[in-house]
Amino acid sequence: MSDRVDRRSFLKIAGTSLGIGALYSVAPLLGADGEAGEVARTLWKRNGEKPKPFSFVQLSDTHVGFSGPPDPLGTRAFERAVEMINGLPHRPDLVLVTGDLTHDSEKPGEHAARMRQFKEIAGRIEVGAVHLIPGEHDAGLDGGALFRDAFGPTSHAFDHRGVHFIGLDNVSRAKPEVGPEQLAWLKKDLARFPTSAPIVVFTHRPLFDLKPEWEWFTSDGDDVMNALAPYENVTVLYGHIHRHHEHAAGNARHYAARSLIFAFPDPATTDDKKPLPFDKDQPFKNLGLRIVGEPKARGLAPIRPTINEVELTMREFSGTVGANQFLREGAY
Amino acid sequence: MRTGHAWRRAVALGVALTTVALTLASQVPARAQGTPRVVEITAKRFEFTPKEIILKQGETVTLRLTTEDVTHGFFMKALGIDAVIEPGQPTEITITPQTSGSFTTICDHFCGEGHGNMHMKIIVE
Repeated sequence: MSDRVDRRSFLKIAGTSLGIGALYSVAPLLGADGEAGEVARTLWKRNGEKPKPFSFVQLSDTHVGFSGPPDPLGTRAFERAVEMINGLPHRPDLVLVTGDLTHDSEKPGEHAARMRQFKEIAGRIEVGAVHLIPGEHDAGLDGGALFRDAFGPTSHAFDHRGVHFIGLDNVSRAKPEVGPEQLAWLKKDLARFPTSAPIVVFTHRPLFDLKPEWEWFTSDGDDVMNALAPYENVTVLYGHIHRHHEHAAGNARHYAARSLIFAFPDPATTDDKKPLPFDKDQPFKNLGLRIVGEPKARGLAPIRPTINEVELTMREFSGTVGANQFLREGAY
Repeated sequence: MRTGHAWRRAVALGVALTTVALTLASQVPARAQGTPRVVEITAKRFEFTPKEIILKQGETVTLRLTTEDVTHGFFMKALGIDAVIEPGQPTEITITPQTSGSFTTICDHFCGEGHGNMHMKIIVE
């Protein structure tokens, strides 16, 4: 991928990880001409939304209903993340939640109650819209029936200020796959756009073979990425692995968000897929959110996302990390 | 003449023994190729039994998979294994592993809370 702004590209996406999710900023290159300008004008005409800078947040793996040794605090990190979002000086337009909103339960009524609890907490988020896709703990046992009852379709697409967002379901077929029907829908959906259109895919499992032995893959992820291959500005946001991870392949950049319940270890360091132990002095260590925001530079800045990490801390459990969130420049 | 008879008898005996030997030799590989060793593996939430099997590199084996409760998956990409195990319906897959090593094989059909750690090892020596 080129580090220079392609004249046909008209949006830049930059990201900041807050450790409990992610905040993204998207900035249209308003002076873009040619195809880029045409894309902007078309989207504006179609949606009545002028492309302009905006930000959005990614949250993931809240696992409402889980409470155990890896995180005895239950929903506290999720609730703290909501507070952080509402306290951001520049309110994001959107929040995307990339699955495992709830922890599964087979007790009658309990899983539905957990969905309602998620809805109550997420309902406190003061942004324009919250978009959800399921994780296997939400939809793996019933094919997504409960999720659809509570939240609507398990996959959907929408446009927001010149960016096309695609929520993909790679969990409700029980196996880690998107499936042929959804793949056909994706191809049809993408066909409306020129290859310069900025696309954000949000899904639960990684769409590449990150660690198949830990079920960190999607069996037909290659088919999804082949469908996206012609597009020049593709960002894939996912969860499932409960840790930050970045991966680049072709034109696409893949970012995993941290969870809001407990962290998994780095698979390069162990074969044992066990949650990292809870640290009572730093209860939100390794948890977080991601913010994608406006890039700092215009013009010839890289079009690939820039990520800044922010640790999540909690006032009453601030420990040694500190009482306040802090920003740290990331790798990009 | 005696010498000639003895020689003919020796040749006849040799031919007979060779025929028997060849027949036996041809039967042994025919059995091995036709009926690979069968390894039984049972799945139940959230474990496989046995937790480890040992195969030989280049050996063709049939894995006979059954479940004691719900539907499970059986997946190990490097060995070309991607199966579904349905209740009441044994699944058989035949493999000939070509690479030695330890292969973590997982249930990739979500089966409940402990699904994420349902796995076993296939050791290929």
